[in-house]
Formats: sequence, structure tokens, C-alpha cells
Amino acid sequence: MRLMFLRVKVFLIKEVLQALRDPRLRFLIILPPLLQLVAFGYAANLDLKNIPMALYDEDNSRISRELAFAFSSSGYFKFVSRVQSPEEMTALIDRGTVSAALHFGPDLAARVGSGRTALVQVIVAGTNSNTASLVQSYSSQIIERYNRARLKERIDRNPSLKTILPAGAEGILQPEIRVWYNTALVSRNFYVPGIIALVIMVSILNLTAMAVVREKEIGTMEQIMVTPIRPIEFILGKTLPFALIGIFQVALVSSVGVFWFDVPMRGSLLLLFLALLIFLLSLLALGLFISSISRNQQQSLVTTFFFIFPIILLSGFIFPIANMPEIIQYVTYLNPLRYFLVIIRDIFLKGSGLEILWPQMAALLAIGLVVMTLAVRRVGKTLD
Amino acid sequence: MSIRRIKALTKKEFIQMSRDIRSLGGALFIPLLMIFLFGYALSLDVDRIPTVLLDNDRTAVSREFTHLLSNSRYFTLVRTLDRDSEIDVALARREALMALVIPVGFSSAVREGHKAPVQAIFDGSDSNTASIAVGYFKAVAAGFDIALQEKRIRRAGLKMVEMPLEARIRVWFNPELKSKNFIIPGLAAVIMMAICALMTALSVSRERETGTLEQLFSTPLSSMELLIGKLLPYLCVGLADMALVVGAGVLIFDVPFRGSYLDLFVTTLIFLIGTLSWGLFISVISRTQLQASQIAMLSAYLPSFLLSGFIYPIENMPIVLQVITYIVPARYFVEILQGLFLEGVGLPVLWPQLLALVIYAVLVLNLARKRFAKRLM
Repeated sequence: MRLMFLRVKVFLIKEVLQALRDPRLRFLIILPPLLQLVAFGYAANLDLKNIPMALYDEDNSRISRELAFAFSSSGYFKFVSRVQSPEEMTALIDRGTVSAALHFGPDLAARVGSGRTALVQVIVAGTNSNTASLVQSYSSQIIERYNRARLKERIDRNPSLKTILPAGAEGILQPEIRVWYNTALVSRNFYVPGIIALVIMVSILNLTAMAVVREKEIGTMEQIMVTPIRPIEFILGKTLPFALIGIFQVALVSSVGVFWFDVPMRGSLLLLFLALLIFLLSLLALGLFISSISRNQQQSLVTTFFFIFPIILLSGFIFPIANMPEIIQYVTYLNPLRYFLVIIRDIFLKGSGLEILWPQMAALLAIGLVVMTLAVRRVGKTLD
Repeated sequence: MSIRRIKALTKKEFIQMSRDIRSLGGALFIPLLMIFLFGYALSLDVDRIPTVLLDNDRTAVSREFTHLLSNSRYFTLVRTLDRDSEIDVALARREALMALVIPVGFSSAVREGHKAPVQAIFDGSDSNTASIAVGYFKAVAAGFDIALQEKRIRRAGLKMVEMPLEARIRVWFNPELKSKNFIIPGLAAVIMMAICALMTALSVSRERETGTLEQLFSTPLSSMELLIGKLLPYLCVGLADMALVVGAGVLIFDVPFRGSYLDLFVTTLIFLIGTLSWGLFISVISRTQLQASQIAMLSAYLPSFLLSGFIYPIENMPIVLQVITYIVPARYFVEILQGLFLEGVGLPVLWPQLLALVIYAVLVLNLARKRFAKRLM
């Protein structure tokens, strides 16, 4: 037993030295996670503000100007251009200069003045369906607010309407919206915990998957095979350095997330650390497995990608699992990232504890153990 | 420059590729896998929002409102709660995204035409889904409210107050607002960038690591010949990838393609030359394949995924990042692809983007050639 610890220790030192001797690799352990975090923290933002809009006002009356102001002062839209013809409007949307256009017909003021309904046309480029549905929702809200304001004027002038509608123009049904956990609805609070999970997954998988196969490709595997090292010792020595790197990266990225991006951390750090260890088990196992079934590093890289893409896309990282077809939803139960994302997001945003997160932890542990068993068997075969 | 020598090197690369079926298969299969995932499984379109209900009023009016909500395709009622404290658990366990609370006295307030508050609590963790859900809820509530007002006015024998304005919203290009229609064309760009840059990034560093690079240097190949010989095979793989992605997108997933295929081919070719040269450049400057793969991920995959406007709108980004997107080639490629697919506008409108891609390709090709030359001496 003591001998085993000694052998693992020596092997571990060799691996750590190998990893740290390379200045570019040292750099690559720190820089990619940070860059990814900063890029996601700033770029991954689906919250829309200042949507570029064209204004085509054929009426040019007090009412049309009031309405245009209601759009521009809402904060959602910004008029980047005023056009004089439908062709100009079409050209701007085609070229992608604006995402939407607001059109008032020439009879807007006349119709509203005579008590008839006037049409307000909003044209949306549906190219990005997400942006387009937000534009739809925002512009209907603005029009509705305007209507309510006019209704209020009518009720104020007409006492008989007041007895019929004692609630006034704001309406009878009063929806009161409360948002929990991420009260200001900031995308960043959703993405930063996710990106922590993503960063270590990509880097640990990539590092582990190339580790064993590299020795095979450049021919140092034979040297290792003649040493008295046993498969389990070899595996521990190969994976432990990466586990340390993973823990370091999570600490680094989490600190930047909390202190720079102001993402709330409401749960227990200890629980997060425990969950991280379990998650690392699945990652190291999967990396080893890929490494053991690949003949060269290009193969292992391609195979890693073959796993990484579905793991990321089917994890709920960007695309909600609830939106997926039912069969695919069942497939996601095999995905370790799915569980870790729930755990890390809930610890950060909801402050959930073990009493809520234990099913995810148990599933993650089960996946890790199964994959590790498979990987150890495969690696053991190559070493014998 | 000798065509014969380039041909020989290209042939060697092809043979090497065909021996490694899994890498080649991966390069062709991964794009297909992603297309299928995006076409079938992934969507940002929010519907069937799981909702729990705490109805403290329990009257016909409160049921009428909850029916209206659960009959709209946006909300699905998953459970009815009995106590306030259960809301916390249902949201924390992710059983529901929204909890609707109808207070006691709701129906009597509605009957007398007084203000009748209802409370909707959302799990805001996923801010995008939550804000769309909030929008839907407000719309359903506004519809119910108008119906209530109309009923009262009619009962009093008055004519319904005509609303001064009616919003007529028209969506161009993607009228059903399917997210796959905008994601699949953009996805093609991201796949090209990721797979092609990664494959080429490994091609030279691999020769260095296994020691065959010296053999290559001892041949009479010039740097330009070496570059072209290494580029050509991957160019074929890239074009095949593009054909697969476009074919699957159009034929299987009914993504509309409204532009010209010639425009598509020319743009893809130019984009690929730039991307592959970038991969080769990385390959020359890194010492091991691990380094090369990490640099390629960082410089090719990450920016093309995040900064190309493929999912995340560029106009939402801070100004500094918006400026950076101008040097991300995938940005221009995504714009051209979305133009060709959805808007049916061709190169007469999109020539500035094409020009940017040409400049990028020429610059990077030159950069790679210079680095190659240095290594050869």
C-alpha cells in the first residue's frame, strides 16, 4: 500500500511537471477559462434594449409624434432612421440596418379624432425569432398603454362610465408580477454559473482525452509499461493533476463571476465543492475513456467534440430542456452536465441546499461511477 | 510553384486522412449531429410554461381565468397547491416556472368592477425564458380584462368604447418565428469555423510531434506549395460539410433558402480559405497538438459562437465587444448566410460582408505563408 502511494506520488509529480514545464500550457490553463467567462458575461445577452428601429410617419400629427415618443422613451427601441417611402423602409430591413419599423398611415390622427380605430403598423424582421417575439411583445404593450390612457380620459369626462367601471382605466384584473431569484432578470446571472460548469468541462475533457493518447502517439507509453506501475496507479497519476487544475479553474472563474460580474452566490461553498468533485469524476472518466479508444490525438480531439457538442446543447445551458421533444428530454437524463448545471445555478441563484439538490448529486455520482468503471477497464486492457 | 509537387503533397494528405476514418467521419458526422439537434431538439421558443396554481378564491370567475390561461398554448397547469409555503418548494425544485396566486375576494371584486389583483410569481433564473413568460402572462391578463370591461359596459346598455389604436404587427422573413430558421444558417458558419480550424490546427503540429516534419522540410517543397497542399484536402472536407449542412437544413428541416447557390458557394469558399489558413497558422506556431487544439478553440470556436450574432444579437453587446466583432470573420459569414437563407438578398446587397471575408482570407493566408517560410529556413 505504501509502495502504491509512493508510485502514484512519483507519477503525479512527473505529470504536474510535464504540464507546468510548458509555459504556453501554463498560460492555457488560466487564459481560456477567463476569456470564456468574460465573453459570455458580456456577449451572451438576450435581454434587448435599444432595438434599432425605422420610423415611417406619413401622418406627422401631434398623435403620431406622441406615439413615436412612447416607443423611443420606452428604452426598448431606438429610432436610427426616419424614412419617407415604403421602399426605403424595406431596404433598411433587408440590409439589417434596423430590426423593426414603425409605420403610421396618413389618416392616423383623423381616425383617432373621429373615434374610429386607427392601425399602427409594426414590421419586424423575424431573422432572429427571439428578438422578433420580444419586439412584438414590447410594441403591443406600448400600444395598449396608449389605449388605456385614452380610455382613462374618456372615463374622467363621462361620469356614467365611472360607475360602470369603478376600477378605472387601469382595468379590473390587476396582474402583479413578482420575479424570484434573479429579480432584475439579468441574463448574466443565468449564464455565469453555467459557464463555470462549461469551462471546466471543456478544458478537463480536452486535457484528459489527449493525455493517455499522447504517450501512445509519441511512443513513451512503452516506457511507462516497463515500469512496475499498476493500471489503477497509472490512472490516478494521469487524472489527479487534471482534477487539481479543474478545482483551480473553478475557483478562479467563480471569483471573477462573483466579484467582477456581481453574480449572487447565495448557497454553500462547501456543497459546491462537493458537487464539483462528483462532477470531476464523470469528466475524468469520460476523458480517459475517449483517450483509451483513440489511436492519435487528432482522433481523440474529434471524439471529444463528438461528445462535447451534444453534452452542451442537451444540458439546458442555453436551450431550455423543457422546450425539447419528450424523447430527447429522456436522453438528457444521461447527461452529467445537465445535473451539474442545475446544482451550480441553484446554489448560486436560489441558495438551495442538499435537501433539494440530492437527486441531482446522486444521479451525477451514479453516472461518474459507471463511466469510471468502463474507462478503468479499457485503460487496464491497453496497459496489460 | 509546381502543380506536380502540390499534387503529391495533397495526395499524401488524402491518404493519411483516409487511413484515419474516425477523424474524417467525425468531421462529417459532427455537423450532421448538430443540425439534427438544432432542427429537432433545441429551441428558444417558449411555450407550455409549467405553472402551479394557488386558488384561494375557488369560484367560477377564478376558474374561468385559470382556464383561459391553461388553454393558451403558452401555459400548462402542472399542479394545484393548497398553501402559500408550497410555492417556494415548487419553484425551487423547478417543478414550475410560474406560480399563479388568486387571492380570496377575487370574484367579488370582479363582480363589482373593482380592482381585482392576481399575483404571478416567476422563477427568474433563466432570464430570457422568464421575460418572455412575463410578456405572455400580461397579454393573457389584458385579454381577460378587456372581456370583463366589455361585459360590464354592454350590461349597462352602452356601446363598447372603441380602442383608438390597433397594433398590426407583421413579421417578415420568418413569419412563424421558428428559432431553427435563424439558427441553422448561423450554425453552418460556427461548424465550419470550429471543425475546419481545429482539423487544420492539428495537421502540422502533429507532424512536428511525431517527427515527420523534418522529412517534409527536406523535400523541395516551397512554403506556398506546402500551404496549398495542406489546405486543399481540408477545403474539400469543409465544402462537403457545408453541402451536408445546407442539404439537411433545406431538405429535412424546411429552412427556406431564398438566395442563389452560386453566391453561397463563392462565399463558403472564401470563408474556408481564411479559416483553414488560420488553422494552419496556429498549427505552425504551436509546439504540441494539445496547444494547437486549445488555441484553435479559443481563437476560432469561441468567438464564432459568441461574437458572430449567431444566437446572441450583436447590438446587445457592450460597445467594446461590438467593435471586436468586426474582426470576427464568422460575423460576416453569418450575416451573408442569414441574408441568403431567410431574406433572399444576394451579394448585390451583401458585398461589404463578402469584401471583409476576402480581406480576411488574403491577410491570414499571407500570415500563414510567412510563418511557414520562417520554419522552412
